[in-house]
Parts: sequence; structure tokens; C-alpha cells
Amino acid sequence: MARKLLLEHINVPGISSYDVYRSKGGYDMVEKALKTLSPDDVVEEVKKSGLRGRGGAGFPTGMKWGFLAKPEGVPRYLVCNADESEPGTFKDRFLMTNLPHLLIEGMIIGSYALGAKTSYIYVRGEMMPQIRILEKAIAEAKNAGFLGKNILGTGYDLELYVQPGGGAYICGEETALLESLEGKRGNPRIKPPFPAIAGLYGCPTVVNNVESIAAVVPIIRDGGEEYAKLGIGRSTGTKLISAGGNVKKPGIYEIDLGLSCEEFLYSDEYCGGIANGKRLKAVVAGGSSVPILPANLFLKTANNEARLMSYESLADGGFATGTMLGSGGFIAFDEDQCIVRNTWNFARFYHHESCGQCSPCREGTGWMEKVLHRLEHGHGKMSDMDLLVDVSKKIEGNTICPLGDAAAWPVASAIRHFRDEFEWHVTDAPIAVTRNYGLAHYADPLNVAV
Amino acid sequence: MLKVEHNTNVSVEFSAELLNKFADKVSRYPEANQKSALMPILHDVQAEFGWLSVPAMDKVAEYLRIEPIEVYEVATFYTMYLLKPQGKYFLEVCRTGPCCLIGAEKIMDHIERKLGVPEGEVTADGLFSWRGVECLAACGFGPVLQISPEYTFYENLTPDSVDQLISDLTAKANN
Repeated sequence: MARKLLLEHINVPGISSYDVYRSKGGYDMVEKALKTLSPDDVVEEVKKSGLRGRGGAGFPTGMKWGFLAKPEGVPRYLVCNADESEPGTFKDRFLMTNLPHLLIEGMIIGSYALGAKTSYIYVRGEMMPQIRILEKAIAEAKNAGFLGKNILGTGYDLELYVQPGGGAYICGEETALLESLEGKRGNPRIKPPFPAIAGLYGCPTVVNNVESIAAVVPIIRDGGEEYAKLGIGRSTGTKLISAGGNVKKPGIYEIDLGLSCEEFLYSDEYCGGIANGKRLKAVVAGGSSVPILPANLFLKTANNEARLMSYESLADGGFATGTMLGSGGFIAFDEDQCIVRNTWNFARFYHHESCGQCSPCREGTGWMEKVLHRLEHGHGKMSDMDLLVDVSKKIEGNTICPLGDAAAWPVASAIRHFRDEFEWHVTDAPIAVTRNYGLAHYADPLNVAV
Repeated sequence: MLKVEHNTNVSVEFSAELLNKFADKVSRYPEANQKSALMPILHDVQAEFGWLSVPAMDKVAEYLRIEPIEVYEVATFYTMYLLKPQGKYFLEVCRTGPCCLIGAEKIMDHIERKLGVPEGEVTADGLFSWRGVECLAACGFGPVLQISPEYTFYENLTPDSVDQLISDLTAKANN
């Protein structure tokens, strides 16, 4: 049984309310941080914890905080990225719905550490219920003296606001998010300068994911070194995994990083295996952007070692035979699912969500969607697979922000591992539009051409 | 795409209550950065009128002391802003990969048959319209849909639960 740090009190009735949250020791860490630690001490604990950004990129949070410029007389901002929109990922919605005060407590501690006097939680606009929950929770926290002027008599002032997005995946990219928060289209900025130097309103800014900010609370409680003892190697602590697709028990699971993939998928404590007695075909382990893996490569690395739920193990083998932990958006595909159809669906998603700023992404995502559409609908050509790989390579690395990469990887990886299924859509098109390929490619998955 | 000719004759007045909401939004940002209030204000306007007409957007621009084009470019970029009227209940169904693995496409087909209107069109009684939207971040509880303007959320949909929902909403509207 993994130790629960974020979800420790998730089953306590009423934990979303201030009173119940406070009765369980909530906001004690605001008191600890503001009264016994300097801002730099807090940054130091987060550095020691080894916490890595939980939004997908996995960049060390403490290091990001350490980069923040602190010129005299210039305001600094902490912005929480709650624009959760990576297909497969739904942990932040869950946290904000059930533990809004944990996020607010983390925001207060983080803002104190960074010297921010005004902070924002940018929530994707569709999550209006969560926005209402957070606004109510902020009012409760303010009423109790944890926000506003002179918090706990320490002289520290902080105002915290919720900002709604407008329905754009791209605003999960931190500079697009900042543009959006300034009331503009969500077009990512060219970096450098990074937000740590010139972010919101041109001021030094840190943007962190909901789960990263929430994790600061247990880090302050237990100390960074204790937190770093959980997990494995450079994958420290616990991670929320959003389990969806064809698993028997979909939902949010807090795991110690380093749990074996097999245990996560098949143990009754977690996903409980594949629903309806079917077999596993493929897994997208970290949100739709990361490379899809066939079952065998998800459960074991190409070296035949057990694959673990950690940043390093999931990446083992590079993109040839590995993938990424990403945001922890875990999607399992059963034997009846069609990889071509799913790849087309994802390609449509990225085409829809491309902001249109960079030509390779704006045009390339559209071409990939069109070619995949014709393959899925029985009008494909044998040359389409190479064409798709070619287009994906021309997008990857050639755009201002990582949306281009995120669009390219699912297509390239699906063809890398399931090329026979794509070819079958051409050679047996009339059958392919009426039934699925099943597990046919499992004859020798490790020898599928890379 | 913004089609100005569809909108120009709609006259718009912002109530005192709505203007109070605007003022609250503007107060959240440092001075001279009132443009940050644009997106929250557009949500308020849409909740009030059901959609964003050009005159409404022009009045928002005037209120925030920005150019109308700055409002249009935001309203056309973000998918939540509706540039034409929708049904009183606007059903938005998640159509992205994980939901499709567990039946979202069937739910959309079912809604289309049940309401008898294609995606984006309003039923004759003005009560309903629907569309597929991209991932709503509830993949473990799919298929899901949301209903604006409150964005109430419905999970684990089945054709039966959708029928129930539609008849509940119809009854509610007729009361």
C-alpha cells in the first residue's frame, strides 16, 4: 500500500470544506512556513525533495523556483497551471473538486517562497464547477486569515485569484497560459526570455501544475529529504495517475513512483486489470502526447526488465521502445480497440488545438488528420505510413512550443509499433472499416521494425 | 469565424448587476492591466445573453478601454465563446480518444438521433443544441458531457441516462 501524501484525507467526509480540512491539520504548513522558515528555506526544501513538475514536462520544481529573477521593486508572480486538458489526464480536476484547500495551502506557501504578493490559479474555462469551488475556498481561507493582508501577523500579504480559460489546450503551455491571463489569444511566446525572467506582465513568474503545488504541502510537513526517500532514483515522491480507457477500475491513484507497471495495471489495489475479461493491447502511459506502447513493451523494457511507473523507467529505450511518464494520464487499450482510429482521433485533437502560429504545426497537424482519416475510412495508400512519419518529423522540433512534438509523437509511435495494423487498413480496407485488427501484431512485438 | 453581418442588429444593455461583476473582475489585476479581465468578462456576458454578439463585444471593448478587434480575436480563438445563439441547453460531449474507447461516439450518435438536429444546430423549440468537444479531463468517468452556461457535468453516460437527462431538462424548461 503506497503512502498517501496528497490523498491522505480524501475519504474524510466534507474535506473540501475549510472547517474539515483545517481540523485535519490543514493550513498548519502555512503557519510552519511563514513563521519558522525563510522564503529561501522553503525553496531549499523543495529542491531537496527532488519534486519534478507534475504537469508533464517533469522539470525539477525547486530548480524552476531557483531561477526566478528578483529585481528590486518589480512584482513577482506565482501562477498555477490548472488548464488540465491533456487527453487521458483528469487528476487536477479531481484535486480541485475534492481538495481545493490543499491547492490553496500550496499556493500560499509557494507564493511566500517566491515573494509573490498576487497569485493566480488559471483554471480551464470548462471547469466552471471547480472555479466556483475554488472561489468559495479562497473566500473561506481569507476569512480565516490565511490570505489577504498581514497573514498570521507575519507581515506577509497575499491575494489569490482564480482565472478562467476559454477552452484551449494550448493554454496548458506556460507562456500561452500567461498570454491568455493577460487577455490575449493563447499563442506561446518565443523563449528566451523564460517566464522566470519575463512572465506575467513582463515580470518574473513561476508557472506550476496543480499537483506540483499541492505536493509542496507534504514536502514542508515532512521535509524535502523525507519526501525524496519515497520513489526511485530521480523520480521522487508520489504521483497521481489518472487511469482511464479500458481498465476495470478507472479513477485517480496516488502511487509511489517506481511501482511496477504490471502491478499498477493488474493489481486490485489499482486498475484491477482490463475490463470485461479482455486482454491488454496497448498503453498510453502519460497523456495522449507520449508514444503509445504495445502491451509487451509497456510491461517490460526491450531489455526484458520489469517496466516501472517512473520518469526514467518509462523512458527506458528512448522512443524506439520506451515512452514518457508525462502527466500521468494512463490510457489502456483492450484487444478490440483500433490503433488507427485512435491515432486519427488524437491527430484530429492536435489539429483542432494547434494555435496556428507555426506553419509546421498548423499545416502538418491538418495533413496528419486527413491522411489518418482516409486510412481509417478505407481509402488509404501503402505510401501513407511513410508520408505520416515524414510529416511528423517535419513538425517535431520545428515549432515555438511543444504542441508540435505532442502532435507528432503519437502518430510516429503508432506507426512504429503497429505498422502492420496500418498496412492492413490498406490491404484489407473493406474488412478494416468493419472490424478491428485485434492482437494480430503480437506475433513478435519486439521485432516490429523501429 | 466572426461573421459581423449576423450580429449587428442585436441591441445590448449591460445591467448594473453585470457591471458589478465586471468591476470585481477588473479589481483582480494590477493597475493598467485591466485587459486581463477580458476573458472572465466574456464568460459573464455569455452566461447572461447565451452567446457573444458583436454589439456585446464592442461594449466590452469600450468598458475595458481596448480596441474591439482585441475582443474579437480572443472570442474567435477560444472554443467556449459562442458566436451564434445556441439552445437553452447546450450539450457538449467529449469526443477525444479516451472517451471514445468507452463509447462517446455512440453517445453522440444517440444525442443526434434523439434531438433530431445535427451538431451545432438548435432544436425547433429552441431548447437544445449539441456538439462534440475535445477532452474535458474526466477520462476515468466517461463518456461525459457538460451543459452550459452553468457547465454542469454528467459522467458515465449511457443512452438511457442521456434520455433521462433530456426529458428532465425538457420538463424543467416547460415548468
